[in-house]
Amino acid sequence: MNQNISLELRGVSKFFGPVIANNKVDLTVYKGEILAILGENGCGKTTLMNMISGIYYPDEGQIFVGGDEAVIRSPQDAFRYKIGMIHQHFKLVDVFTAAENITMGVKDGKKYSLKAVNDKVFDLCKRYGFHIDPRKKIHEMSVSEKQTVEILKVLYRGADILILDEPTAVLTPQETDKLFQVLRKMREDGKSILIITHKLHEVMSISDRVAVLRKGEHIATVETADTNEAALTEMMVGKKVSLNIDRPEPENPTPRLEVKGLTLSDEDGRKILDDITFTANAGEILGIAGIAGSGQKELLESIAGLQKLNAGEVFYLHPESGVPENLKGKSPVQIRDLGVRLSFVPEDRLGMGLVGNMDIVDNMMLRSYKKGHFMFLDRKKPKKLAEEIIESLEVSTPGVSTPVRRLSGGNVQKVLVGREISSAPTVLMAAYPVRGLDINSSYTIYNLLTKQKQKGVAVIFVGEDLDVLLELCDRIMVICGGKVTGICDGRSITKEEVGLLMTKDDRKKKAKEGGESDEQGEKQSKE
Amino acid sequence: MSKVKSKVKSEAREKKKSAHEPLFHVAKRDRIPFWKSILIRFGAVLLAIAVCILFALIFADVSPDMLIKSMVDGTFGTERRQWLTAEALARLLGIALALTPAFVMRFWNIGGEGQVLMGALASVTCVIYFGGKVSEPVLLLMMLAAALLAGALWGFIPSFFKALWNSNETLFTLMMNYVAIQLIEFMLVFWNPKHPNMDPLPHGHLNLFPSVEHYGDELTMIVIIFAVALLMFIYLRYSKHGYEISVVGESENTARYVGISVKKVTMRTMALSGLLCGLVGFLIVAVFDNSVSTETAGGLGFTAIMVSWMAKFNPLVMIGTAGIVAFLDKGAACLNTNLGSVQIDNFLTRSMGENAPTGIPTDLPNILVAIILFFIVGCEFFINYQLKFRKFEFGSKKTERKEEAK
Repeated sequence: MNQNISLELRGVSKFFGPVIANNKVDLTVYKGEILAILGENGCGKTTLMNMISGIYYPDEGQIFVGGDEAVIRSPQDAFRYKIGMIHQHFKLVDVFTAAENITMGVKDGKKYSLKAVNDKVFDLCKRYGFHIDPRKKIHEMSVSEKQTVEILKVLYRGADILILDEPTAVLTPQETDKLFQVLRKMREDGKSILIITHKLHEVMSISDRVAVLRKGEHIATVETADTNEAALTEMMVGKKVSLNIDRPEPENPTPRLEVKGLTLSDEDGRKILDDITFTANAGEILGIAGIAGSGQKELLESIAGLQKLNAGEVFYLHPESGVPENLKGKSPVQIRDLGVRLSFVPEDRLGMGLVGNMDIVDNMMLRSYKKGHFMFLDRKKPKKLAEEIIESLEVSTPGVSTPVRRLSGGNVQKVLVGREISSAPTVLMAAYPVRGLDINSSYTIYNLLTKQKQKGVAVIFVGEDLDVLLELCDRIMVICGGKVTGICDGRSITKEEVGLLMTKDDRKKKAKEGGESDEQGEKQSKE
Repeated sequence: MSKVKSKVKSEAREKKKSAHEPLFHVAKRDRIPFWKSILIRFGAVLLAIAVCILFALIFADVSPDMLIKSMVDGTFGTERRQWLTAEALARLLGIALALTPAFVMRFWNIGGEGQVLMGALASVTCVIYFGGKVSEPVLLLMMLAAALLAGALWGFIPSFFKALWNSNETLFTLMMNYVAIQLIEFMLVFWNPKHPNMDPLPHGHLNLFPSVEHYGDELTMIVIIFAVALLMFIYLRYSKHGYEISVVGESENTARYVGISVKKVTMRTMALSGLLCGLVGFLIVAVFDNSVSTETAGGLGFTAIMVSWMAKFNPLVMIGTAGIVAFLDKGAACLNTNLGSVQIDNFLTRSMGENAPTGIPTDLPNILVAIILFFIVGCEFFINYQLKFRKFEFGSKKTERKEEAK
C-alpha cells in the first residue's frame, strides 16, 4: 500500500429517505496535498465531508485512515483519527477569547494552563503564518479572524487531515489570498487538506487535484494542472454550458429610486446602515457588493418598508409623471396602495418570501390575496398564475398543490422570482437570488433579471460572487460596515478594486484599534 | 507519536469487533403513504387495547370480556347512552374547534377552560339579574351576547399582551383559567353566602327541538356544534382571515414581508377563539346546567387541546378524534360502576395482607384511558419518523409497535 495515502474512501454511500446523497464514492487523499472537492450545490459534497468528520455515519462503504479501516461515529472519533473540519458556519462562543475557544473540549489530561495554550497557539501561528491575538474575544473579531480561530482549533488538536467547507464564501479576495498562503504552508508541512468549493478559479489557483461530484456520485479526480475551468464545469454539470452572461447596454436610464442619507440602527443603537445615498435607474442593474452582513439585507428591507428608519429618505419617481413619492415610514401595504410596484426577492426564501408548508397556489396569492372585497379567497387566478410560472420558468414540480418546501432550491427560487415579476414591477430588488442554486438555474435567474432591465425596470441585485456582479451589473455599489464605500461602473472596474472597497472601512478601524485597544479593554471592564 | 498512532489503531480494531453503529437510529420520514399511516394508527389502537387487557387482567383481575363489554356497553348500550356519548362528543368538539384557529396561528391557547367558564358565568349572571323580567327569547339572546363577549375578552387579554410586549401566551392563558375559577367561586358566595352551590335556575333554558322526545337538549347541542365545525372548516380553508392565520402561524417574517399585521391577526384570532369558548359555556349553561360552578367545564378545556392536536387542526377530522375521547370517557365511567362489586384476588393484594383493597380502585378506568391515549398520540412519532436498524431494516409497523411497547 502506498505510504503516502492519508485517507481513503471505498464505496461510501449515504441515503436520506429516498434521496441518495452519496452513491458509492471512492476517494483517495495523499499526504501533503490540497484536494478540492468540486460540485454544484446539492451534489453531496458536504454530506461526504460530514461522514469523514463524524457527523453522519455512512450507510455503506468503508473509510480508511492511514491504511487502516476507521469507524468514525462522532467528531470526537474523527479527532482521534486526526481529522478536523472547519465548518461554513462558525461554531465559536462569542464571549470567550480565541484561546478559550481553541482549548474548549480538549481532554488531554494535562492541567489547564492558559500560558501553555497561548504558547502553543503562538507557535502554530508562527509556523503557518497566521496573525491572531489569542487573548482577543470572538465578538471583537472580523469574519476572517474567526475563521482563523476555527482553523487553529483544529490544528491545536493535532489534525493532519483538514476539511474546509466553503471557506472563501465569507472572505474578500485579499483575505482569500492570505488563507491560501496559509493552506500552502500546511501542505508543505505534510498535512492533507480537503477544500469544498464551487468557485472554479479558486480550484485552479489552490488545489493539486480536483475531485468532481455530481448528483452524489464521484465523477472523476483529475490533476489540476491537466485541466481547465471549462472542462471542470462540464464534469460538474454533465453537459456543456456557456458561462457568459449577456449584458446589453442600458436604454436611456432614468432615475427611479433615490435613496438619501438612509440610516438605521439596531436595538442596541449600533448603526447597521450609515448615511446611505444612491440612485437606482430604470433600465439598469445596480449591483450591491460587500462582505456578508455589511447591511445589504437591511438596506433592501428598509426600501421595502420593513424597517423603521432612523433618518433618511427613500424617493420613488413615478415612471410616467416623474413625481417623487417618499416611501419613508410606510408599510409594504401602504407602498403598494400608492401604486408603487416594488418587488422584493428576499434572501430567506422559505422563511420570508414564501411559506414552505403551503402549496404553490397559496404562495402565489401571498401578495394579492386581499384583492376584492369579498371575505373569501379567490384561488382561480393564483392557480392560473402558478401554472403559467411553472410552464414559462420550467419549474419541475409534481403539481401546483405541492408544498414549496418539497421543491429543490432552484425551483423554490423560480417560484418566488416568478411571483415577484408577475406583478409587472417597476423596481425589482433581489438579495442573493442565486445562493444555493445550480449553474443552470443561476443562469435562468440572471437572464430573468436582464430581461426585466430591458423592460425598463430598475433592478437592484445583491450578490456575493464578484465575478458574477462584474459580468451582470451596469453599476456596482460597494458597501462596507453599513457605509457606501464606492459606486462604480460595472464594465470598467476590476475585481481587486471592488475587493479593496469592500474592506476600506475596516482597515481604518483596525489601524485605530491598534492604538486604542488598551483603552477599549478598560472600558469593557468598567461596563 | 508512533505510540499514539498504534493506540488509535488498536482502538479502531476493537471497535470493529464490537458495535459498528447503534442498534437503530431514528430518521425523519420524507412522506408516508396514506394507507401506511392508517395502518400504523390502527396498529397502535390494537396494541393499546392489548396492553389494557393485560394490565386489567394482571393488576385488577378484570376479565377481557368484561372490560370490553363495559366499555362498549357504557357508550352504546342504550339509546340514552348513545345520546349522552354524542353530546359529550359535541361538547368536547366545540371547545376543540374554539382552540383550533389559535393553534393554527401557533398561539398556544391553553386557556379554553377559563374562557368556557367565563362564558358560563356571564350567562348565569344574565339569568340571575334578568330572569323572569324579560321574555325568554330576549333573555337567551342577552345570555348569548354576554357569554360571547366574556369569552372573547378572556381570550383577547393574553393576545394583547403577547402582541404588544411579547409575553408568553402559554403561561398567560393558563393563569387566566385560575382567575376565572376564582371569580366563579367569589360570585357564588356573593350571590348566596349560605349556600354557594347553585341550584338550577328556572329561567333561560334553551331547547331548539322541543318536539323531539327526551333528547331535545342533546340534539340542540349536537346540531349547533356540528354547524360550528362546518363553519370553522370553511373559515380556515377558504376565508382571507383563515389564510392570514396560516401565514402568521407558518412564518411571521413572511407575514411582515407581505404586509399582514401580525399584531392585528393575533388579537383578532384570539378574540375569536375565546368567543367560541364562550359560546360553548353559554350552551352548557342554557341547554343543560342552568347554573354555574367551577366544574362547569369539567376539565374539557384541557382535553380539547389534545382533541385539536390529534386532528392536526382539521375541524372535520376533529369530529372523529372528539368521538374517540368521548367514547373512552363514557366507557371508563361505565366500567367504574360495573366494577364496584368485583373482588380482587391476585399476587398484589395477597402480598398486602389485611391492607388489601376490597374492590377495584376507581382509578383503573382512568389508567386504561391514559394507556390508550398514550398509544394513539405516541404513534404519531412513527408516522413522522422511522427507525433504521443496523444492517437490516424493519419497515413493518409490527416491529415499530414492539419498540414502542418497550
